Amino acid sequence: MSEEKKLFDEMLASADGPRQPYEAYYDWFNREDIKALRRKSSEAETFFRRIGITFNVYGQDEADERLIPFDIVPRIIAAKEWRTLERGIEQRVRAINAFLHDIYHRQEILRAGRIPKEIIAGNEAFLPEMVGVKPPGGVYTHIVGTDLVRTGQDEFYVLEDNARTPSGVSYMLENRETMLHMFPELFTKLNVRPVSAYPQLLRRSLADCAPQNSPNNKPIVAVLTPGIHNSAYFEHAFLADQMGVELVEAHDLRVEDGYVSMRTTQGYQPIDVLYRRVDDEYLDPLTFNPQSMLGVPGIMDVYRAGNITIANAPGTGIADDKALYSYMPDIVEFYTGEQAILKNVPTYRCSESDSLQYVLEHLPELVVKEVHGSGGYGMLVGPAASKKEIAAFEKKLRANPSNYIAQPTLALSTVPILTKAGLAPRHVDLRPFALMSPNRIDLTPGGLTRVALKKGSLVVNSSQGGGTKDTWVLGD
Amino acid sequence: MMLGKTAGGLFWMFRYLERAENTARLLEAGWHIALTRSGGSSNEWQSILTTAGMDKAYLAKHDSFDANYVINFMLCDKDNPSSVMSVITSARNNARLVRTALSSEVWEATNECWMVLKDLLAKPVTERALHDTLMQIRFRTSVVRGALHGTMLRNDIFSFSRLGTFIERADNTARILDVKYYVLLPSTAYIGKAIDNAQWEVILRSVSAERSYRWINGGESTAMGIAEFLILDASMPRSLAFCVKQIGEHLGNLEKQYGTRHESCIQAEAFCHKINAHSIDSIFEEGLHEFLSSLVADNAKLAQHVEEDYRFYG
Repeated sequence: MSEEKKLFDEMLASADGPRQPYEAYYDWFNREDIKALRRKSSEAETFFRRIGITFNVYGQDEADERLIPFDIVPRIIAAKEWRTLERGIEQRVRAINAFLHDIYHRQEILRAGRIPKEIIAGNEAFLPEMVGVKPPGGVYTHIVGTDLVRTGQDEFYVLEDNARTPSGVSYMLENRETMLHMFPELFTKLNVRPVSAYPQLLRRSLADCAPQNSPNNKPIVAVLTPGIHNSAYFEHAFLADQMGVELVEAHDLRVEDGYVSMRTTQGYQPIDVLYRRVDDEYLDPLTFNPQSMLGVPGIMDVYRAGNITIANAPGTGIADDKALYSYMPDIVEFYTGEQAILKNVPTYRCSESDSLQYVLEHLPELVVKEVHGSGGYGMLVGPAASKKEIAAFEKKLRANPSNYIAQPTLALSTVPILTKAGLAPRHVDLRPFALMSPNRIDLTPGGLTRVALKKGSLVVNSSQGGGTKDTWVLGD
Repeated sequence: MMLGKTAGGLFWMFRYLERAENTARLLEAGWHIALTRSGGSSNEWQSILTTAGMDKAYLAKHDSFDANYVINFMLCDKDNPSSVMSVITSARNNARLVRTALSSEVWEATNECWMVLKDLLAKPVTERALHDTLMQIRFRTSVVRGALHGTMLRNDIFSFSRLGTFIERADNTARILDVKYYVLLPSTAYIGKAIDNAQWEVILRSVSAERSYRWINGGESTAMGIAEFLILDASMPRSLAFCVKQIGEHLGNLEKQYGTRHESCIQAEAFCHKINAHSIDSIFEEGLHEFLSSLVADNAKLAQHVEEDYRFYG
């Protein structure tokens, strides 16, 4: 109990009432009938099912379609708070792009000794095929989804810079759509900044990165999906639809006359920008995994010739690799000459023997993650784990220490969710989405708030029982 | 601009929806006969399975034409790729594939159709629930059609969707007639005589046309009259003449939109011409069965050409 008190609740941090950004909402909420709100909650579920916002869960016998639970209490961020996040994310995205350009060209950061060479050389996320390649417009990370957590009034930390193909933006858009349907009156009361421009911004941003010497009058953009069985297929189709561009699969594409072209009812049509939702490894069976059925044979040759934009560029994974994460403050400083605005979570690199020693001694207090893992799989949440689980994990860790990093468990902030008994605090994180084009970075005011629905749980991943909330950034 | 895959997805999505609807109609007709006829209607179930092209698959699983088995084989059996549940699932998978080509109303109607039927057909349908279930199938597929008509641009997307519908429907109507052709055959003894009530009713009911036929023919049912109605009457939306005319029109629209004349367009015109050149007398003279079989074959060939001309698969 005493520990719970210390947690920062974004709505009800102090005993005297709601924090300022939540005042109007709290006032509204207290005049509503809980039962009626609970009914609204199940309405939302019906709405999500009908429009088909579902995801498939990996490793289940039946490719069952599941809903990510949606909580109807919004997560609200004040204008001033957002400005800081905005500046911090922009800075980080710029630094990441400069880093990627450097690491695939002159590697000055290695020469300067700011990060160890081995961490790049021995890293699977580093693609030698990208060395010397200049992506059209000089942009590597067209879309970045920065995972943030909060521990106090002004305490934000970056957990992860998703620089490959961050997902979840469809939930940002559909959650808002749902809230607008259900609670129109709230949007007339509060000055909530809209997120609906995201698809248009995305399309423009991608088109701005098109190759210079295109055979098309206007850049043709397409979204590449692994197919309808992919867990994020809904999002791929949703984004293509919202942007008004084609949704293609590998078998719709081929390399022809030096371009990547899609098979249309009237023949093959060259594509300028491919927003791919297929991992690097599967992108081109001629260059990467030869078994891949999800990629386009020869697309990397077209890419190297500068005739197609691949978003995000291949090889960006080196920037969000967990082994590099702990160096991010140095990376930001090295390329921007500024201190990082957003903090990193203190990180122990288990590859270093001192750190490993510390981690082994403090397992019950730490979160230990695989360097290359994602989706919350293969990690140990010390405080929530049983002795048996910790012992089992220790074995894995000792066997291959350089595969792990460890971080203290942060006292993640909470935002209330609606339960049968009324409001109850649950841990949250936040993933805003930044778009980068040659001339600008656009950050949509909002993002995906993921919430751990189980009391006390810190795991917000949808694959492990997390839910989502609408995220409101207030205007001035 | 449209992906070949999208054209194929739309075509099949609407073929499958049409198939689900046709199967529901056939079952409705069969059920009606089973209820109104005393004794031995198992022949009827057999011919319904034959019409739906499921007789072989059925016999591999069951050895009697028990109404309950037949109905559930045709409605919910997941091992039967043509059962209503299977084709609705295929229709919805195709809709997901072509999601970007559909208006949200069409997509949501399709998704909801699948959700409702998935629940209704999760367990074998009881006699008592049969009527409601069949009604839901027709109702849910009608909502998709309504959304298509009400919200979609009249462009290539629309044309490929409608081609799927009419190619499937033409096939279905021709099969219904062909399976029953022997009862329509004018033997000398039967010329001009009213044919077996139950037999003509099942034919008309399976195309939901028992009332409209009566209105047009003043209650007089003859073999030739019914055959003429279902083959040549261009005002009847499930007749072959109607379907073929629609197929020709949509291929014509594609020709106009794309500025390219394809083999399928030429074939469709020939198809149209073949039907228009016949009177019901000449069809019977040629042999009803021969005529219908050649139409089914022409229709299949046409579908093949559409698939190739518009690069559904490669």
